[in-house]
Amino acid sequence: MEQFKGKVWLMGDDIDTDIILPTEYLVFNTIDEMKPYAFSPLRDDIAKELQPGDIIVAGNNFGCGSSREQAPEVVKALGVSCIIAKSFARIFFRNAINNGLLLIENADLADDVKEGDEITVSSGRIEYNGKVYKTASLPENLLEILDAGGLVKAMRKRNGLED
Amino acid sequence: MGHTLVEKIIAGNVGKEVFPGDIVTVNVDNVMLDDIMMPFIVSKFKEMGFTKVWDPDKVVIICDHLVPASQVDDIRAYKTSCSFADEQGITNLHKSDGICHQLMTEAGYVKPGHVVFGTDSHTTTYGCVGAFSTGIGYTEMAGILGTGQLWIRVPATIKVVINGTLPENVMAKDVILKVIGDLGAAGATYKSLEFTGDTIEKMSISSRMSMSNMAIEAGAKCGLFAPDEKTAEYCRVKLDEFQKGLKGDEDAVYEQVLEYRAEDFVPVCAVPSNVDNVQPISKLGEVKVDQVFLGSCTNGRLEDLMAAAEILKGKKIAPFVRFIVTPASRKVYLEALKNGTIDILLNAGADITHPSCGLCCGRTGGILTDGEVVVATNNRNFLGRMGTNKVKIYLASPKTAAASALAGKITEA
Repeated sequence: MEQFKGKVWLMGDDIDTDIILPTEYLVFNTIDEMKPYAFSPLRDDIAKELQPGDIIVAGNNFGCGSSREQAPEVVKALGVSCIIAKSFARIFFRNAINNGLLLIENADLADDVKEGDEITVSSGRIEYNGKVYKTASLPENLLEILDAGGLVKAMRKRNGLED
Repeated sequence: MGHTLVEKIIAGNVGKEVFPGDIVTVNVDNVMLDDIMMPFIVSKFKEMGFTKVWDPDKVVIICDHLVPASQVDDIRAYKTSCSFADEQGITNLHKSDGICHQLMTEAGYVKPGHVVFGTDSHTTTYGCVGAFSTGIGYTEMAGILGTGQLWIRVPATIKVVINGTLPENVMAKDVILKVIGDLGAAGATYKSLEFTGDTIEKMSISSRMSMSNMAIEAGAKCGLFAPDEKTAEYCRVKLDEFQKGLKGDEDAVYEQVLEYRAEDFVPVCAVPSNVDNVQPISKLGEVKVDQVFLGSCTNGRLEDLMAAAEILKGKKIAPFVRFIVTPASRKVYLEALKNGTIDILLNAGADITHPSCGLCCGRTGGILTDGEVVVATNNRNFLGRMGTNKVKIYLASPKTAAASALAGKITEA
């Protein structure tokens, strides 16, 4: 993984999928149409002001709630480079990996970092304000899916299709 | 060394002994696809390069979130569901028979010991009959449709033991809310919940279903009950040797054990807007209610409707309260009509809606606005779930819902 920097959007615990994208927008034809409504129940500035390359930092249980895969897809479509949380809910975790959205677990960063500050992410570590936060790597079968660019591409490869 | 219930189900599927943390590939017995995800599932399936589903008889498509349509866009999901079923020779298509999680066991698809995935987080529900079932996204579902397989990590297990007799005004809903409150919304993340004890043995399948349905609200991967004679009768099967063995061994390794005395439970509710913020109703103070919702895959079954009707018989709800009742399925609706339950609810002042996800997912049939309070028997009180993000949702049992509709304030039965 190459090193990258990004501006932090800070959120609390239990950011559920109804917050990430409310049910009423799930029926839109494309993920692009859903983008303006991401995180709208919580605050309406995020979808408007988030820039590609920004990073979401959150507390425990990010992505809890429904199985809607539009949630990680819309976060990725907004250009978020990765989500760093104390922990992730299981379905959101799988869905994010399957869509090639990088998730990193870290117990401490969310307590230290301020919204709007810049952090640096690289393999196995995050740097902020002169401090280093260690991060664990993903299991091998998940890295394979991420490396393929998501599950759709992995399956295309399996079915002998060129990209 | 012994094994937990989830380890035994997965071992039966993969044909070898498994332990928590093992990553295994399971052969899927059934999948549940709901209408709202169908356009995405079909498009991913095609994008992956698949043309035929691995086994049409193992695929169940259920229209429930968006029927009858409340917006013109909804019809696209319905049409995609019907055309994909037609194209793939899938005969297990429910166009408007009720909520997916009710139908998967009620219509006989899921049996004890099965491994099932669905594109909805409350797929944990089928643990009520001793099946391993959990929610996944539409991309993984597209992958299963093509291959019949999925990788999973074998979860560690938290055992919940309940013995004794529950108080009269306490229902399975109060029990699971209390457990979620104790564990926290992420307390069982990646883990299996296994419910056991003589209170659990005495519970109906309907009550067990309310509990397995909400396992996900503690983050759990599944919420399991050992199959017994009640399960066999409900599923219309005779348990074979494998199914009879589906219970946690005494020397199985549990990551955590929670023990409760049934007599200690009281009526509770989850207050806005977290499912794990669980409070005894007696300690709430006076909370005036604008609407009461009785329904959903958590509490829309005959047992739930009858429990409410017993409280409401011959009475009228408070004049300022709107009371929405949504039976979980066409079958439940018909049974409640035949035994007089619907009659009692209608006379008490209820609006009966068609069996669907409707209000629970904020789509239709009674959505609310800023500052309103709803007592609801469904499974989530998240911000904006049932209308605007300033609606206050209190999750409670059908008995509490009925008592609150009568009193016009949150009240235990």
